Amino acid sequence: MARIVGIDLGTTNSLVAYMAGGHPHVIPGRNERTMVPSVVAMTDNGLIVGDPAKEHLTRNPERTVYSVKRFMGKGLEDVQSELAYFPYQLTEQGGVIRIKLGEKTYSPPQISAMILKELKQRAEAHLGESITRAVITVPAYFNDSQRQATKDAGMIAGLDVLRIINEPTAASLAYGLQRKTQGTIAVYDLGGGTFDISILKLKNGIFEVLATNGDTHLGGDDFDRQIADLFVREILEQQGLDLTSYPDHMQAVRLEAERTKIRLSNELKVTAVLDLPGGKGRYSRDLTRDQLESLTRKLVERTLEPCRLALKDAALTSSDIDEVVLVGGSTRMPLVRQLVQALFGKEPHCELNPDEVVALGAAVQADILSGGTTDLLLLDVTPLSLGIETMGGVMSSLIRRNTTIPASAKEMFTTYVDGQTGVDIHILQGERELVKDNRSLARFRLKVPPLPAGVPRIEVTFLIDANGILNVSARDVRTGDTQSLAVKPSYGLKDDEVERMIGESYKFAADDLKARQLIEARTEADAILMATEKALKQGAHLVGEEDLSSIRTAIRAVEAAKSGEDHKAIRAKMADLEKATHHLAEVLMDSSLKEALENKKLTEIT
Amino acid sequence: MDHHTHSTASPRELQMARSMCWHCQSEVAGEYFCDRCVKVQPVSKELDYFTCLGIPRRLTIDQHQLENKFYELSRAFHPDFYQNKSTAEQTISLGNSALLNTAYRTLRDPIERAEYLLDLEAGSVKEIRNSPPADLFEEILELQDTLNEYRTTDRASETESTLRAKLQSERNTLEQRQRDMETALQQLFVQWDALQDRGEATGQARVERDRILKEIRENLSNRTYVKNIVSDLVSTIG
Repeated sequence: MARIVGIDLGTTNSLVAYMAGGHPHVIPGRNERTMVPSVVAMTDNGLIVGDPAKEHLTRNPERTVYSVKRFMGKGLEDVQSELAYFPYQLTEQGGVIRIKLGEKTYSPPQISAMILKELKQRAEAHLGESITRAVITVPAYFNDSQRQATKDAGMIAGLDVLRIINEPTAASLAYGLQRKTQGTIAVYDLGGGTFDISILKLKNGIFEVLATNGDTHLGGDDFDRQIADLFVREILEQQGLDLTSYPDHMQAVRLEAERTKIRLSNELKVTAVLDLPGGKGRYSRDLTRDQLESLTRKLVERTLEPCRLALKDAALTSSDIDEVVLVGGSTRMPLVRQLVQALFGKEPHCELNPDEVVALGAAVQADILSGGTTDLLLLDVTPLSLGIETMGGVMSSLIRRNTTIPASAKEMFTTYVDGQTGVDIHILQGERELVKDNRSLARFRLKVPPLPAGVPRIEVTFLIDANGILNVSARDVRTGDTQSLAVKPSYGLKDDEVERMIGESYKFAADDLKARQLIEARTEADAILMATEKALKQGAHLVGEEDLSSIRTAIRAVEAAKSGEDHKAIRAKMADLEKATHHLAEVLMDSSLKEALENKKLTEIT
Repeated sequence: MDHHTHSTASPRELQMARSMCWHCQSEVAGEYFCDRCVKVQPVSKELDYFTCLGIPRRLTIDQHQLENKFYELSRAFHPDFYQNKSTAEQTISLGNSALLNTAYRTLRDPIERAEYLLDLEAGSVKEIRNSPPADLFEEILELQDTLNEYRTTDRASETESTLRAKLQSERNTLEQRQRDMETALQQLFVQWDALQDRGEATGQARVERDRILKEIRENLSNRTYVKNIVSDLVSTIG
């Protein structure tokens, strides 16, 4: 069966991993780096992703998208407070945020799909086979819309997303596999944009999640912002210069803040340096670890309450936790480790690279799905309670948070008025009493046969599948008929929109592929032309005029094909040239052998 | 939004019992898999949670045995292991897993377990929770008054601290009451299990059975009421 890869689609960085020989491996790119920065830039030559796109953050801030994960499954109103921080333009259409890049707008799943495609290609190049199926990780505390958006991103990227799994549980799989852990563990996962805590029980290969909690809007980005705000404030005070009106410099500030933060995990004092616009010279400032910690302490402390709530939901106290595992780049901060250790009263584990462990776990889950690993099983939970709106704007809970998934609940609906033909159902997710304080997931209208009030009995089944995604079905109890439901997501792409995006993506993919093949063929043609020139210089006197003239003809043919657009034609002419130079190559080989032998003799003599 | 009535997958809302393999149409003798074609079979909706999880229909249960069976069945049913199977098998796997998870969650918790057993033996317990326990009636009325008074007094005033002390003592009393009810419930569990173990079919046994079920029902209903009062109290005085 075809291989399934595991993908960590992160706020800041993304990775792809696969399972081989009973162990998960992260796939490096051509630059040997395992992480692909989750950055997409629109350049004059088209869209680029990853490391090269990262360079455009300061060069071309309005057209370079980063931290798109923060916008997955969201409407514009959800991110109102932080719009000012992003240099690219956000709008909304049909309840879904759109990002404007040049003339076109893209939904967050489309941008994420570009990152996924980069990872897909990386895996294909490394493994030498086509990759069409994947397991993708999401923060445990992601709601239904955010999970659905991630699944949509996979589809747009041409991937069949076989499973969405939670990042902390993925990490526990990687740890559990490596350390053969048994007992109760807490996974503390603080990434670039999200925080999760999961409490699991590990027993004989079963990874049972007891409780999870978190904050989908808290991570390294927020720490960077604290530092960046400090720099911007000081530059305004000292120089009277308001950097907020220079998007390129704001990006430089953000990147310098991130660098400073990262270095302060190992050093006690770091000097941050920024070039100021308009020839105003430089701003430089020492930042100590103590200063960083007083800037970020409140944020880090915000992670402790979810930890306490998760323990409470699991009916445990911190002394019941056997091991604490740290995941996510932000857990490298000494302050984070210190507070986590104080809360759980034990030193946390961080043997596995916190940047890679989620992708490694996703690869393990992929192997379970493909039937390779059969002794491990993850039993995860739904992070948020699911319910429906009842009279008075109150939410009635159907599936409680921290219920093991798959989970289902049935609800019977009837009518109030004679001849009523529909019942409107509003699905919600959250822990609050009132509808308005919870997340609206979707609405649909249940069709009811026109009968006296109270007579129709429609049973609706709400099923949360193993991905944590809701499926709804309805059955008329009197007739036994099932009805298909057109569920309208509150914050998601409609099915036909996803279809269209998949279509566009294939078209782009075909264009992209053609462009890439052409570039590759041209590059290789250049290489073979150069090698031929070199060989002619060394050995033209060793072959006959007939050989020389056919070589020259073949060179001209490659050059002509190179200026065309057809990569296959270039490759064909390259093959011809290789044939034409065959004799020359042999002669050169002989002569260099002879030379080598002669040299040897000379050295032997002397 | 229109009116809807609650129904949590009542075990008596039955479908036809399974007896024939959905795939090869042979008689299914195996527990959850067809003996002949080895396909997974849908867990019958008629199966009660105790039977599904392979434990006797008792109120005191062996948690380890329950957990082991849950893990064993999870390995048998979980969708992770049906990725390469037919759509029909995937659907069965999903349905069975969801049912298994509900069954485990219900039986694991003593209160939910007792409610479920009551439901199986004597009908739903859902509608009977609207009056306070008779012997606590006066006390609770007074408590409500004190709570209302407390909510309207100035913080840091003398009245406030007097009322606060009074509420604190009420809280202690109610929490003791909760513990007493739990002990009583435990005893009822033991009585029920003993009656089941004797397996008598006499008229006297039937009377005994009805008495125990009635007392469990009262206990659970009072318990919920007191629990709500206590949480209201705790959220008010902090």
